[in-house]
Amino acid sequence: MRKKYLPCLLILLLGIAGCKDKNKDPHAELKESVVRQYSTLVAATYEDAYNHVVGLQSAITAMVASPSALSHQTAKAAWLAARETYGQTEAFRFSEGPIDDVDGPEGLLNAWPLDENYIDYVVGNPNSGIINDPMVSLDATTLAALNELGGERNIAVGYHAIEFLLWGQDDVDVTLRSAGQRPYTDYIFGGTAANQARRGDFIKVCASILVSKLEELKHEWEGGSSSNYRATFESLDNNEALRRIFTGIGILCKSELAGERIFTALDNQDQEDEHSCFSDNTHRDITNNFLGIKNCYLGTYTRADGSIVTGPSLSDLAAEYDATLNADIVARINIAWAQIHAIPVPFDFALTQESVGGSGPIQTTVNTLQALGDRFAAIADKMGIAISTQLPD
Amino acid sequence: MPQYKRIFPAQKPLWIAGLIIVLLGSCRDADFPMDAEVGEELSGGQVTVFDAGPNAFGQQAPGLEGLQELEFFVGNSFFNQNWVVAPASAAARDGLGPLFNARSCSGCHFKDGRGRAPQFDGELSTGFLVRLATQNGRSPDPVYGGQLQDQAIPGVAVEGSVSISYGELTGRFPDGQAYSLRTPQYAIHATGYGNLASDLTFSPRVANQMPGLGLLEAIDAHDILARADAGDMDGDGVSGRPNYVWNVVSQSMTLGRFGWKANQPTLRQQTAGAFLGDMGITTSLFPNENCSASQQDCAAAPVGGSPEISDDDLRKVVLYVKTLAVPARRDWETQEVLLGKFKFAQIGCTACHTPSFVTGIDPEIPALSAQHIRPYTDLLLHDMGEGLGDGRPDFEATGNEWRTPPLWGIGLFGQVNSHTYYLHDGRARNLEEAILWHAGEGQRANDRYQALSKGDRQAILTFLKSL
Repeated sequence: MRKKYLPCLLILLLGIAGCKDKNKDPHAELKESVVRQYSTLVAATYEDAYNHVVGLQSAITAMVASPSALSHQTAKAAWLAARETYGQTEAFRFSEGPIDDVDGPEGLLNAWPLDENYIDYVVGNPNSGIINDPMVSLDATTLAALNELGGERNIAVGYHAIEFLLWGQDDVDVTLRSAGQRPYTDYIFGGTAANQARRGDFIKVCASILVSKLEELKHEWEGGSSSNYRATFESLDNNEALRRIFTGIGILCKSELAGERIFTALDNQDQEDEHSCFSDNTHRDITNNFLGIKNCYLGTYTRADGSIVTGPSLSDLAAEYDATLNADIVARINIAWAQIHAIPVPFDFALTQESVGGSGPIQTTVNTLQALGDRFAAIADKMGIAISTQLPD
Repeated sequence: MPQYKRIFPAQKPLWIAGLIIVLLGSCRDADFPMDAEVGEELSGGQVTVFDAGPNAFGQQAPGLEGLQELEFFVGNSFFNQNWVVAPASAAARDGLGPLFNARSCSGCHFKDGRGRAPQFDGELSTGFLVRLATQNGRSPDPVYGGQLQDQAIPGVAVEGSVSISYGELTGRFPDGQAYSLRTPQYAIHATGYGNLASDLTFSPRVANQMPGLGLLEAIDAHDILARADAGDMDGDGVSGRPNYVWNVVSQSMTLGRFGWKANQPTLRQQTAGAFLGDMGITTSLFPNENCSASQQDCAAAPVGGSPEISDDDLRKVVLYVKTLAVPARRDWETQEVLLGKFKFAQIGCTACHTPSFVTGIDPEIPALSAQHIRPYTDLLLHDMGEGLGDGRPDFEATGNEWRTPPLWGIGLFGQVNSHTYYLHDGRARNLEEAILWHAGEGQRANDRYQALSKGDRQAILTFLKSL
């Protein structure tokens, strides 16, 4: 009997030895430090985004308490500042992180495009929207429940709801090249439009949701915790962690940014499809989304206070596998950066100045972003990591 | 056929067993191991995506070429956007109504998923509508037409609203376990255009999930017809009849594939039909607003162009609808799921829920061509008995006949749409209730299901949830 067990045992030992050899990855150490650097960068970006929405919340509270041209302007400036960092965090989407949790915060933060008349009055309908329906109580639970109710454009909360409540509808005539012109008197009792107090309550609730959701994200990524997402992420197999990182930047680059956010507006020739249509800030959305991708690939993030977070990068790792392809990717990142900055501002006017399939700056940017997305997939493939750059809707 | 074999007969030397265990590296039940088919998790062949979350139904098919990859997003934008009342500054997006059920496609097909019945009177746009018929289901209502629109633009009367009440039908499995099924009752009230016809019948429908529709369209008609058995010549109690329906483009009767009664021949016509019937948006296929002669306020309302959605925009919406990928199976390799799959076939479910097809050639979208897909439908009509019948014939479909619905994605309604309601009107609260409603041609499989052990019944449900 004993003899019969022996081959079994030998095979078992061989199997274990074989596994060990197979698992020995010459790049394991670098991979681990790239993954850790990514975590550090994500944590810093969310921390900045959180600080910005705290600033936005206090500017909104001040404006509602004492509406004036100045407090209104301050709130708008705080919104624009907040978009600078939040835009960069979008490179962390589509990578199975806490931003895209099943009950996750993304839809409550950055849902767009939104149907203005779901929220407030619009040209031709002074009574539309939740603000003008006194039956709806204005609290975080109610508004979060109304978000996306009965259709994906029925957006009640998030950055773009706040944007609409600060700027108002954009001009239909894009040649005016001006943003929305909501007067601050919309917040003064007895001022312009109806239900001013409800409008003030509404925008404050939106701001409080932003703060609480970004606080959650900040906690999920901060260092030193053993129970947050960062701890889980860093304990993943290196290739799995890298797969998530590459999937995130690949989908954002090729599908979400190139397709959903830029090409759709160009094809429809419609400012309704641009990302920040009320404030005409879409050029910064595009820039910051791409900057987020660039940050991830190059392992470097310039914080809101000007300090720099830098360390081992995807690019360093890529160079170990295929230096030529890595150089190609870095070159394309630089080209895309230049092309994005060559798109005239405002975006809603620029998109009327060219057509699909042409050689205008918007179509050229789309082409470059798509090609770059394909190369992220190609370099991941060289590392033995299969990613999809298809967008989850 | 499922794989069903013993991996090692007991008389073989023990070390072979050791070898196999080490090579497999798993803890399978040695007495009863089953294997998944190769690639079984890829329900849509190469048009499969790995996402079991809230966006599982909304992903683009891998492998789209050229501009199609980008135009998908434009189609998605039109699918999600709310149409507005004409005239409006957004000329490409006006023309809602005059009568409508929803303002956007996504209003009913939220996240490209499955609708449900309203949970209280007047709850709007949950992906539920009621078709109307008179004269034993043969004619539309002379005033209200073939579908009740429960919303209207300002200045136009709403047709009415639907209220639903449910009774409970109780029963017991042969092993004594009790069950209860919901029996819906519908009433229409607050009618805007006078009395309803006295012989009016209601046919409620929930919005179907969207993934894989282009793959179903890419199946050769020949392969569907090969499974038809109108006279039940093989004597298995299951017939299976094709529906032949009016094709407004070819101006002839062609094979129906889409809709609960397979009453639409193509995705383009299905989409154009939904634009008109559900949102009041005209297309080149259906250029006239849907107002009856008695609805003068409707007929007099301003329109948003002629047609209200251009052919090019319609093309992009149809491209979007055709290229939504199918989510991959979950847990397809577990013994519980494999047992459920085996039992599902053994009790006869696969007589209608055909496990797989190979798609034909799609000249416009090569990625959809020649894919080994696993939709679990034959796309044919089957008599499902009086209990499910709506008494509303639709082309060749009788009042009791329904198209076998594809089962891919049915395990994900909870994730995508936060509910688990099944069947054409959403009456079944879970998968087991849906099975228990099967009568007519489905009765025999239902009886066999009920006769299974509790463990085997659970295995079938676990298998269905993995789809």
